[in-house]
Amino acid sequence: MSAVAREAFWHKITTEAKLLLIGIPVLLWTMAPIYHMMLFAFSAKDSAMSGALWPKEPTLNNFAIVFGQKHFYLHHFWLQFWNSFVIAAATGIITLFIATFAAFAISRLKVRGGAMVMNLALFTYFIPAAFLAVPMYRTMGNYGLLNTHWAMILAMVTLSSPYAIWVLKQASDKLPFELDEAATMDGASPWQLFRLVYLPLMVPSLVAVGTYALLLAWNEYLYAFLLLSRDTDITLGVALGNFLAADDSPWELLMATGLVYSLPPVVIYYVFKRYMVSGLTAGAVKS
Amino acid sequence: MSVLASAAPPDTAEGRFSLSRMTPAEKLGLMMIVPYVILFLVFVLYPVCYGLWLARNPASYAKLAADPIFLRTVINTVIFLGVGITLKMIIALFLSDFFVQDRWWIKILALIFILPWAVPSITTILSIRFMLNPEWGIINHTIFTLTGDDGPNWLNNPTLALALAMVVHIWKSLPFWTLILVAGRLAIPNDLYEAADVDGATTVQKFRFVTWPSLQTLWLTCLILSTLWSLGDFNSVYLLTGGGPADLTHVLATLGLRYLRLDQVEMSVAAVVCAMPLVIPLIYFMMKRLAK
Repeated sequence: MSAVAREAFWHKITTEAKLLLIGIPVLLWTMAPIYHMMLFAFSAKDSAMSGALWPKEPTLNNFAIVFGQKHFYLHHFWLQFWNSFVIAAATGIITLFIATFAAFAISRLKVRGGAMVMNLALFTYFIPAAFLAVPMYRTMGNYGLLNTHWAMILAMVTLSSPYAIWVLKQASDKLPFELDEAATMDGASPWQLFRLVYLPLMVPSLVAVGTYALLLAWNEYLYAFLLLSRDTDITLGVALGNFLAADDSPWELLMATGLVYSLPPVVIYYVFKRYMVSGLTAGAVKS
Repeated sequence: MSVLASAAPPDTAEGRFSLSRMTPAEKLGLMMIVPYVILFLVFVLYPVCYGLWLARNPASYAKLAADPIFLRTVINTVIFLGVGITLKMIIALFLSDFFVQDRWWIKILALIFILPWAVPSITTILSIRFMLNPEWGIINHTIFTLTGDDGPNWLNNPTLALALAMVVHIWKSLPFWTLILVAGRLAIPNDLYEAADVDGATTVQKFRFVTWPSLQTLWLTCLILSTLWSLGDFNSVYLLTGGGPADLTHVLATLGLRYLRLDQVEMSVAAVVCAMPLVIPLIYFMMKRLAK
């Protein structure tokens, strides 16, 4: 090996080592709480509490108890799972409708007052969510929606649509206006333009926005906690919080339920990752 | 300019108010924008006004000022934002440099790194909470195995508990901001780095003269947006400490719920209204910045 090649080789090794020096702590930092959750979920109670870093006798028993609803805290597990699903799905769909319409009207139809609506949406997007929680809770009470799924769905749509409109408007503005002109020349009505030209081109952004709204609603704790209270109405997240009420909480079951609850958003995220990343980064902060 | 938009009638008073004189495009546009406007009026404007109305009594503010928990909360919030957010954004800036490196294993690590953001807060924060359990938690177990001493009672010490809440906050939201900054870095033209290489620039110089000037505005925007959202971060504090011990780790986001539980809705809303002098300018700045 020549001296130059040797130097290049060592340079490569040291760069790689430096990167690993960052990469390994990042991995440990990221995975510690998640791994700890899995460790508990797959361990019997005694072994989970023993401080072992590896389940000595991995077991699926906790999951059997969770899925079989065989614990006081888990009597409505499947119903609560279903509640989480219904709320997340409804939020995703309604957000998509509202935001797509608004973005098309503002960006393509240049509706009067569009700029003002965009500002209202941006204003809502920036409000710290917890600050709106108590007024929202009282408002839902005034509307008679408290303890219904609609309270939660509408609250989540309110929180997700501003961002959705923002992302979709950014994406709409990038579509060439020649398309609109060509379609109009061919005799397309504005509605046909929306349906046949606009929607198909917007699919990637729509997927990003729909997934975002769905994840937001599935993962939300505070609003669900305030707006829903009956054991048969609450989401799985709130049910998990209620586990803590007991002095002797069944932690291994809590973690097993938590793992089941965390899986759908992770799967959805990875399935739609391609769209999510471009949508998120394009929309979150315009540089 | 769109054909549809230019086809609109001149903006006369008559044209503005008569539905029948609107073009089909205008009618459709109006119909499509109405759902969001209704949503805004009913679920944003009304709650905000109703909240302000609930918080209208000056006595609430006098009571707040007299409540030692409120003062402590304000200090906690300032520390949480000042230290927590700055730290988070600096780490995000640093890590964004790591994640733009072109290596197969860094690409895989990036996929894992996003997990805290994608997973619901409640499950992971409860997991962290149990890791910190003084008797059964894995952290004190490890400390005992290594040193033979009992570890600290992490969440029983308000200073430590607040610091850990910041750690949780950073753990949860770091991936998102790193991702945004990675996107920002990828947008920097590679020519600039090549030119810097030709000039024999060191890594530090490349950061100082190429990366930072290009990324500065984005970083500042992220810092402000992150501050706004972190003000509304209820989960990191509430799920880890519940505001305890002795209500000493509350931040503004969790204080509202404390007063609500004590059946003092007016106080709960008033506490949030107190943050408005900080929040409104930030929101205004962000709207200006993004609506350009």
